[in-house]
Amino acid sequence: MTATRRTPEVSRRSVLEAEAIHVLREVAAEFERPVLLFSGGKDSVVLLRLAEKAFRPARFPFPLLSVETGQEFPEVTEFRDRKAAALGEQLIVAKVQDSIDAGRTAEEKGRRATRNRLQTVTLLDALAEHGFDAAIGGARRDDERSRAKERVLSFRDEWGQWDPRHQRPELWSLYNTVVRRGESVRAFPLSNWTEIDVWRYVEAEGLDVPSIYFAHRRRVFERGQLVLAESPYLARESGDSAVTEESVRYRTIGDLAVTGAIRSEASTIDEVLDELARARWTERARTRADDDSPSSLEDRKREGYF
Amino acid sequence: MPNRGYNHQDLLRVVIGGSVDHGKSSLIGRLLLDSEDLYSDQVAEVSTGELAFVTDGLRDEREMGLTIDVAHRYFSTPQRGFVLADTPGHLRYTRNMVTGASKADLLVLVVDVTAGLTEQSRRHIQLAHLLGVDQVIIAANKIDLLEPGDDAPFHELVSVVDELSGRLELASALVIPVSAVDGDNVVLRSTRIASYHGPTLVEALEQVPPREHAERHPLRFPVQWIVRQGTYRGLAGQVSGGLLKSGDEVTVLPSGEHTRIARIDHFDGEIDAVRGPLEATVVLEDHLDVSRGDMIVSRDHLPVAAREVEATLVWLGEDPLTAGRRYLLKHTTRRVRATARELHYAYDVDGEQRGDAVELRTNEVGRVTLRLATPVVADPYERNQTTGAFILIDELSHDTVAAGLVREARVGVTEDEQRSPDVVWHRGKLDRTERWGHLGATGATIWLTGLPASGKSTISTALEQALVQRGRLAYLLDGDNVRHGLSGDLGFDAASRAENVRRVGHVARFFADAGGIAIVALVSPFRADRDLARRLHDKAGLPFIEVFVDTPLEECARRDPKGLYARSKAGRMSGLTGQQTPYEPPVSPEVHIETLRQSAAESVDGLLALIDALA
Ligand SMILES: Nc1nc2c(ncn2[C@@H]2O[C@H](COP(=O)(O)OP(=O)(O)O)[C@@H](O)[C@H]2O)c(=O)[nH]1
Repeated sequence: MTATRRTPEVSRRSVLEAEAIHVLREVAAEFERPVLLFSGGKDSVVLLRLAEKAFRPARFPFPLLSVETGQEFPEVTEFRDRKAAALGEQLIVAKVQDSIDAGRTAEEKGRRATRNRLQTVTLLDALAEHGFDAAIGGARRDDERSRAKERVLSFRDEWGQWDPRHQRPELWSLYNTVVRRGESVRAFPLSNWTEIDVWRYVEAEGLDVPSIYFAHRRRVFERGQLVLAESPYLARESGDSAVTEESVRYRTIGDLAVTGAIRSEASTIDEVLDELARARWTERARTRADDDSPSSLEDRKREGYF
Repeated sequence: MPNRGYNHQDLLRVVIGGSVDHGKSSLIGRLLLDSEDLYSDQVAEVSTGELAFVTDGLRDEREMGLTIDVAHRYFSTPQRGFVLADTPGHLRYTRNMVTGASKADLLVLVVDVTAGLTEQSRRHIQLAHLLGVDQVIIAANKIDLLEPGDDAPFHELVSVVDELSGRLELASALVIPVSAVDGDNVVLRSTRIASYHGPTLVEALEQVPPREHAERHPLRFPVQWIVRQGTYRGLAGQVSGGLLKSGDEVTVLPSGEHTRIARIDHFDGEIDAVRGPLEATVVLEDHLDVSRGDMIVSRDHLPVAAREVEATLVWLGEDPLTAGRRYLLKHTTRRVRATARELHYAYDVDGEQRGDAVELRTNEVGRVTLRLATPVVADPYERNQTTGAFILIDELSHDTVAAGLVREARVGVTEDEQRSPDVVWHRGKLDRTERWGHLGATGATIWLTGLPASGKSTISTALEQALVQRGRLAYLLDGDNVRHGLSGDLGFDAASRAENVRRVGHVARFFADAGGIAIVALVSPFRADRDLARRLHDKAGLPFIEVFVDTPLEECARRDPKGLYARSKAGRMSGLTGQQTPYEPPVSPEVHIETLRQSAAESVDGLLALIDALA
């Protein structure tokens, strides 16, 4: 008698997981040179686990790519490198600073200058340099309003641009992966996941995420509705509050110049989920200094932003 | 955001449609708002504007005040998570309805109760039904506009829906009176329509059974990816029908080889079994040459490795489909070239059938025959919504131009397949009567089929000898011999076997036409291939005599004059018919020889008598 092994349960989690793994394998099989965008954030951590499930015991059929503005949370950069090393997969780091030095783009002017928009140039250059024809990312449709109409496989023209009026219809799970040389797709295996699904998955799989997702003490100040960390990348303005040390955590991770914290005592996944259950704001609201109009993410996406 | 009970939640996929202005966007806004699944920044937008603004995502739409593309919304109740595919009502965007419905368990159709069921709403129900969604909830919206006590428009809608539902044989069609603006019966119960005692919209959504994942159906596992690591060779994919179970006997298509599931791997360890739509990595007992695009299926109820597909198409492309055009066809994990051979009929957007249709235009639904360059392993859509579905991609623009539903999958290599359509048949100076008259001959083909070692060669060589001794021009086309030259370039997978049979069929036809007796001794395991050879002869007006050499498998293995069974058993040969690949016996052969009951000599005598009778 062999011990009884299991038959996995069909549930919300396992169905979303299978759907995402299907997308990963489809992209790996049908594109010449895919790449997985790994920022170190929770969504991309989930993507890595899904890639392990899709391709282990073999290596991933694609490298990892990270775009660095140079203004990252050190905790996140350290986590990213450690994670890639533990997996034994290749990590390519593309730096905004290099694009600036090469004259491909220039620093924004003014007190509110950030490097957020410049990332697009660096990303597109990195895709072109390595000849990547499919970039896998962790974006979710519940994340922001203009993403609700994003496809699982989002087609980009030669300039990396997105045309929301001419998207390929996606029928069943049959993806049209035919592209010309120079054209590419962005693939979003987590399209149908919500923020809660992501956290539940992190919990169920026992995944490590960067420490700043949990409550920690940090010197912060208020600007309008945003709670921002004191850092060399953020010039103080006259309307800003005084800097105080508080218990905060991050709900999403961008770089230090654009990401707002939330006041929180949640130090475990359970407490984070509890907090989410009571949350009154979407993930991007009040956490992103760069979303200043309802259409700003949409505009950046048309240009080729992730 | 409710998330208690998450671990037991299932996921229901809902497609929401309805005519423009019947209140679809408002209803979704209300649903999210009242189920407290909206965040405050979204609520602020709702209260400053219309409810519909929650769902109208893109700037173009906000400016035009129109929903132009499928949008996805997510919300949950303690029991269930929901993915809402919000599809625009405008007729030009029928393709979005099809997109949403292709993945949905359920259709929610928003109908303005004061306007009734529009032609477009009917069309949405029909489209969803076509795509296999046969559970429908009609949200009879704007009941706040009815005079208090005036339930008549609601009841009228109910009877119209009942009639349509009966005609389409929907599994269920529930009409719920709601007001998106006031919130009646969306999440909160209302008595505005006093005679209605049914569930609210959210209650109904929680009760709908998910579209069944065809577990009772035969196994279908399209191979998506090969995991290779050292000596490990796993076949990864998503179960698309049936239950994949360790130890089960399976067939790999299109090669047709038999094997067994040795183990099923998941990232966190080996598992016993897995059902759709979950994924797994499978290791087979035998080292077969399996690649992406192949399919692992249960041994009974084999799907067809089809080169010809009869299908319903929903045309999404800008340029119309015309017969003769070529496309790329994507089916499960396979991409092949396809030609539209024939357009049988088309329905236009009003549901009018055009029998003389020469083209299929945007948003039209039509029936076509497609010819494929390489086979796909397909089932009819009504039996399996994964292995029965495909898309067509335009070769030039690369746009997805059609959603396709398989109605019939056929092996489909036919006699009149012409790779060089410009070559015309060159007629000689003799007609057949004159030719055969001068020669004193009557041509025919005697086709012996049966398992390896069943006795075909013994009978056919004796028959050949007897005929030639009687002065007849007889010639044996032996299965092994044709493999040396005529079919020396072919292997033993199902497609190659089909091609082999096709070639031999054509050669036999020439012999018979010349006035000879072509004796074919060929395993020819597939009925469809033999039927093809028969049709060739029928068309040419030549006699075709199918002889089933019927010997039980055990007896064949015992006789084994060429040592095939022994080699197969020792694992030194794969793909032996009857062992690893199936043999389909003839249904009504002209001659049925049971070799355990009669001697070879008796069989030959019987055949000789039959041939004599032809003259
Ligand atoms: N009186 C009333 N008006 C409604 C109701 N639902 C929607 N409307 C109105 O009908 C119009 C169209 O609604 P909208 O949701 O944009 O329709 P859609 O085109 O189906 O998405 C808007 O002016 C809504 O305010 C309802 O339940 N009662």
